[in-house]
Amino acid sequence: MPNRRISMEESLTKLKQFKKEVMSELKAPADLSRDQILEIYRKMALIREFDTNVKDLWKQNFIYGLAHAYLGAEAVAVGACAALKKGDTITSTHRGHGHVIAMGGDVNKMMSELMGKADGYCHGKGGSMHIASVDDGMLGATGIVASGMPIAVGSALSSQVQKKDNVTICFHGDGGTNQGIWHSSINLAAAWKLPVIFLCENNQWAISMQYSNATGNPKVSDRAKGYGIPGITVDGFNPFAVYEAVRDAIARVRKGDGPTLIEARYYRYIGHFVADDERYRDISTNNPWQEEMDPLKRMREYLISSGTASAEEVERIYSSMIKKVEAAIEHAKKAPEPSTDTLWDGLYSPEFMKKYGGE
Amino acid sequence: MSRAITVKKAINEALHEEFKRDPSVIIMGCDVGIRGGTFGVTAGLYDKFGAERVRDTPISEAAFIGACLGAAITGLRPIGEVLFSDWITIPMDQIVNQIAKIRYMFGGKINVPLVIRAPVGAGGGQAAQHSQSFEAWFSHVPGLQVVMPITPYDAKGLLKTAIRSNDPVLFFEHKRGYEIQGEVPDEEYTIPFGQAVVRREGSDVTIVATSIMVHKALAAAEELGALGIKCEVIDPRTIYPFDYDAVLKSISKTHRLIVTHEANRRSGIGAEIISQVVERGFEELDERPVIVAGLNVPMPYNHTLESMVIPSEEKIKQTVLKMMDKV
Repeated sequence: MPNRRISMEESLTKLKQFKKEVMSELKAPADLSRDQILEIYRKMALIREFDTNVKDLWKQNFIYGLAHAYLGAEAVAVGACAALKKGDTITSTHRGHGHVIAMGGDVNKMMSELMGKADGYCHGKGGSMHIASVDDGMLGATGIVASGMPIAVGSALSSQVQKKDNVTICFHGDGGTNQGIWHSSINLAAAWKLPVIFLCENNQWAISMQYSNATGNPKVSDRAKGYGIPGITVDGFNPFAVYEAVRDAIARVRKGDGPTLIEARYYRYIGHFVADDERYRDISTNNPWQEEMDPLKRMREYLISSGTASAEEVERIYSSMIKKVEAAIEHAKKAPEPSTDTLWDGLYSPEFMKKYGGE
Repeated sequence: MSRAITVKKAINEALHEEFKRDPSVIIMGCDVGIRGGTFGVTAGLYDKFGAERVRDTPISEAAFIGACLGAAITGLRPIGEVLFSDWITIPMDQIVNQIAKIRYMFGGKINVPLVIRAPVGAGGGQAAQHSQSFEAWFSHVPGLQVVMPITPYDAKGLLKTAIRSNDPVLFFEHKRGYEIQGEVPDEEYTIPFGQAVVRREGSDVTIVATSIMVHKALAAAEELGALGIKCEVIDPRTIYPFDYDAVLKSISKTHRLIVTHEANRRSGIGAEIISQVVERGFEELDERPVIVAGLNVPMPYNHTLESMVIPSEEKIKQTVLKMMDKV
């Protein structure tokens, strides 16, 4: 149907439907240790603090260009990556900060990159939108929607051909699901039974386009049937639900049964990017989602109510993440700018550069 | 009567006026409707003309640009907007193999009244995938027209011509140019393609500048004027059709030629312009022509590195001084 403005009533109806059909209770699965559970909270808190600060730093012009926050999505990346082991890889989107942290990346290097500094992950060449911590298995953020799809397929192919048991998670958004390359990538992976998990972060908005207006069937996981692979929709505000879905998909992959499509549904109750004025929607329609679904809030409540950690411990963990981000900001502000003679570095391989120069 | 408006407003007015004039005009693209365009260019169209003619699309550039073609050959005059021109790579098959060729392949039987609008250009730390200008790619493809306006007057008049054209047009708007102000008449007007404008007259050096480089060339020319060097700045406005006569006329006076564009140099439009001018008017040139263009490297994020890659007014100035043996 043609795109139309969202009303409060529509937002509330969607929330009600989400609670009925998708939302699941936070309950840590038995295979996660207390340390692992607290690590999930730690990483979610780190993403929250990191991206909350990114917006202010952008306004102050320490960060420039385009930056997209992972706020509200913390449970997706952290839950998913908790199921990975060393050597596994992920591909990212334009909203990549959460993916770096979920893969155990270094926030100092990430903050430096966002400020364009020499010691940043990409030496100031990429910025927020091209953040990549390849050594951690995070194969990079991209500015082109759905362009990570075939890259994940290739990473999985590499694992299959080299007889490794590593898997790749392909993070992508609901916006990406309507690109042709989304379909052809999943088909290729399904045909070749590749060790890849397609994880759709369905935040229900592609900038101003509601997903329900962008497709005839807004349930992404239904599409799996068309490729002969399993598809599942989980609560994207619940890290354990995402963890379990990815864990099970990995088990299938390791048996040689090929890919799974996981739809982690949440709701982008913040702007598309840090300077988005959201003129395409009444921002009060975001509030019910934030108030009821905030994944950090839900996780805190769970940790305390389940007796996993005391309120003080939960607070202590969060405070230490605040300090970690403060330290990253201090680090990045003081870090040196890349020198001008690094402009051509990395354009081609060192052997090419030596023989031909870059220009 | 005239008034000063921005390029953004000028494009917006052209759209509103053409939508009102011709009910077969429609627009499709990501965020062109409710949001009024990422850069605000389509503001008000959705509310005025409705969701049927002003269509927010899913992120499916290949599909909606291809759909523009299907609509164009069956009675509509579609405008497709690609949110950043960098992503025009996604519908590339539809543009290069279908849109550009369909009239010819079918023996000239059908009209293809179709405009693809896309913001080009670098600056502001948008890095490698949000900073590019691809006019040379499309100029290379027979069957397409390529337009790069940089003043409000040109943007409005050329867009109207584009929408009324029966052949496909790539209409590239510079992101850093949207807020540039200029006089636009209150009356209806259009601007034919293939007519360059002399932005500043001079007798020493001809500078052919495209898009945002027009303003940098004018600023350089102003400074050089104070040193007694008279630059003639030519804005071709359309990359294809291209007004070679205007350039040849100018070099018959200046005998020196500089071409400047923001896109990186290698295989860029500057190479084509110079080769054409050399073939047609070699005897008029007293100096080797020079290109001032972007460096052949993906756009880096860091401000300092980025400013090294984007051609500057200072670089134009130094090139002129060198050509005039002043340094």
